Amino acid sequence: MSEPYICVRNVKKYFPIDDYKFAKAKIQYVHAVDDVSFDINKGEIFGVIGESGSGKSTIGRCILKLVEPDSGEIYVEGREISKLSKKEMNALRPKMQMVFQNPLASFDPKKTLRYSLEENAKIHGIRKEEIDKKIKELMEYISLPEDVLTRYPSGISGGQLQRLALARALMLDPDFILADEPVSALDVSVQANILNLMMDLKNDFGKTILFISHDLTVVKHVCDKVAVVYLGAIMEMGPIKEVYGHVLHPYTEALIAAKPKEHPLEKTEHKLLEGDIPNAIDIPEGCRFAERCAYFKKGLCDNKTPKLKDMGNGHFVACHFPLKNN
Amino acid sequence: MKRKAGTIFTPVFVITGMILLIVLITSLMAEYIAPYDPLQTDSGAIYAKVFTGNHFLGTDGLGRDLFSRLICSARISIFNAILIVVFEVAIGVPIGLLCGYYGGFLDSAITRLFDLLASLPPLLLSFLLIAVLGKGMYTGVIAIGISYIPLTAKMARSMIITEKKALYVEACHSMGMSEGRIIFIHILPNVITTMVSQFTLDIGTAITSMATLSFLGLGVQAPNADWGTLLKDGMENIYNSVSLLVVPAIAILIVTVCINLFSDQIQSYLDPSTRKLPSFKKYMKMLARQERAGRYVNYER
Repeated sequence: MSEPYICVRNVKKYFPIDDYKFAKAKIQYVHAVDDVSFDINKGEIFGVIGESGSGKSTIGRCILKLVEPDSGEIYVEGREISKLSKKEMNALRPKMQMVFQNPLASFDPKKTLRYSLEENAKIHGIRKEEIDKKIKELMEYISLPEDVLTRYPSGISGGQLQRLALARALMLDPDFILADEPVSALDVSVQANILNLMMDLKNDFGKTILFISHDLTVVKHVCDKVAVVYLGAIMEMGPIKEVYGHVLHPYTEALIAAKPKEHPLEKTEHKLLEGDIPNAIDIPEGCRFAERCAYFKKGLCDNKTPKLKDMGNGHFVACHFPLKNN
Repeated sequence: MKRKAGTIFTPVFVITGMILLIVLITSLMAEYIAPYDPLQTDSGAIYAKVFTGNHFLGTDGLGRDLFSRLICSARISIFNAILIVVFEVAIGVPIGLLCGYYGGFLDSAITRLFDLLASLPPLLLSFLLIAVLGKGMYTGVIAIGISYIPLTAKMARSMIITEKKALYVEACHSMGMSEGRIIFIHILPNVITTMVSQFTLDIGTAITSMATLSFLGLGVQAPNADWGTLLKDGMENIYNSVSLLVVPAIAILIVTVCINLFSDQIQSYLDPSTRKLPSFKKYMKMLARQERAGRYVNYER
């Protein structure tokens, strides 16, 4: 098998919360990302799902070096990015672009949309004629008339703006796109539009996409592989059919059970999750999910942290008692 | 930019704007408008009263026409005030932006220094600076400008600290833009509009500060005169003619009040939540006009 496009190895990112420079008291940390490893192959859509506050966005930001990981390595096309200088990283950035959750906030409100689109290419030294040609091409691709570009971001709807955000990311023909909850700020009728564009990108142009989301149905629809993240650590990871078809981790099971029902009379078999995601400052001893788990065993689950282990078919799970029933 | 649904042309804005415009034009065209040379003495009319004889606002002890002196010194007063604000913006804003954006040790050091300076009354600070720089018009301008810098820099700093966390700034980073480009091309235009009203307000304060200096004989020196110098002359001759003191004082009052009200209007216009909307009928007409011009119109109010 060829080398994966992006390798993430043992990445950790803790955010300090009490930044007292003089009083060297115990500094507390938010464990945003805790020892996460995964591979993304070229030309696949890799999904990351998790509750809010589980650190899924921080993982993405580490890959683009918008946040410096505290430890661990991230390889992009075999190059370790934490060792790259700012200049070298900026040279790599045209190959890696990002689409944000909130399209309205991700555009500069004081600049016209054309300016925002052009600028992305201009700062990397692309000639004016080429930029114009590219814009024409992309506007056709996202099926918006070119004259919307004279407007300001607040002048068009969220769905259109998110399509433009995608166009802006595509200005430089990137190989990799980080989509940080690209559809969660949009209503359902426009979500499909963006998702289809994303799938076209993979199918027609062979782009690699890291798709961060909290929406199970969206991930199931779009992604090839998925990682379920809880409190900054991966709980379960594998091809989409494996993870959705043979659920191994109690957390994934609970997430799928919590999905809204398609019919009001449909019965829920599983117990719903109780309580909130624990505080990311004091990570509980042992398994992170232990205190909300329906299959909790005293003595083991609250003492030993389960390692991510291979269950065959590229399906990984971090649980002492993976579910076997299905 | 937010679509400008509200109107800036409120009655207060129009009236104060017109007064300020008249003052500005008269001060710029003073030579042509002034009935007399401001330095020409008239021994036949010493301490002439207001509205008597040929002198509209009376004369001083040397028989110089007060109205001519007032409009000729207006130019110096206003020009100095604008110079002070330009000085303050040109130095204070970049310092504030860079401190707020980069943070760290230098930011703490500069901010503490500015805290220290801001704890002194600005006028006292400018006296200190004049003691060092020497008296005169330009040193006065620089002294007052420097005494205004701490607050301007702190304002710019606090604005950029909130703005640099905005998502579009992160988007800029993800595209690999240089820091200078992010600060000056993206963040600055987004924060400057909020600061503009503060700067207009500062022009009013600067007029009074400069007048204070001239009043104490530290600012504008003879034969040049600004409104502060006129006040000083008036104060010295208050027993001979009250109008010599009252007229320039009223001029300062009118201009500063107008500038304050004017900048209030700008501020409430820039902040959409306090923006005054035109009457419903007028508003609908406005939207229809925009729509005819082929612009996108949002009918929600």
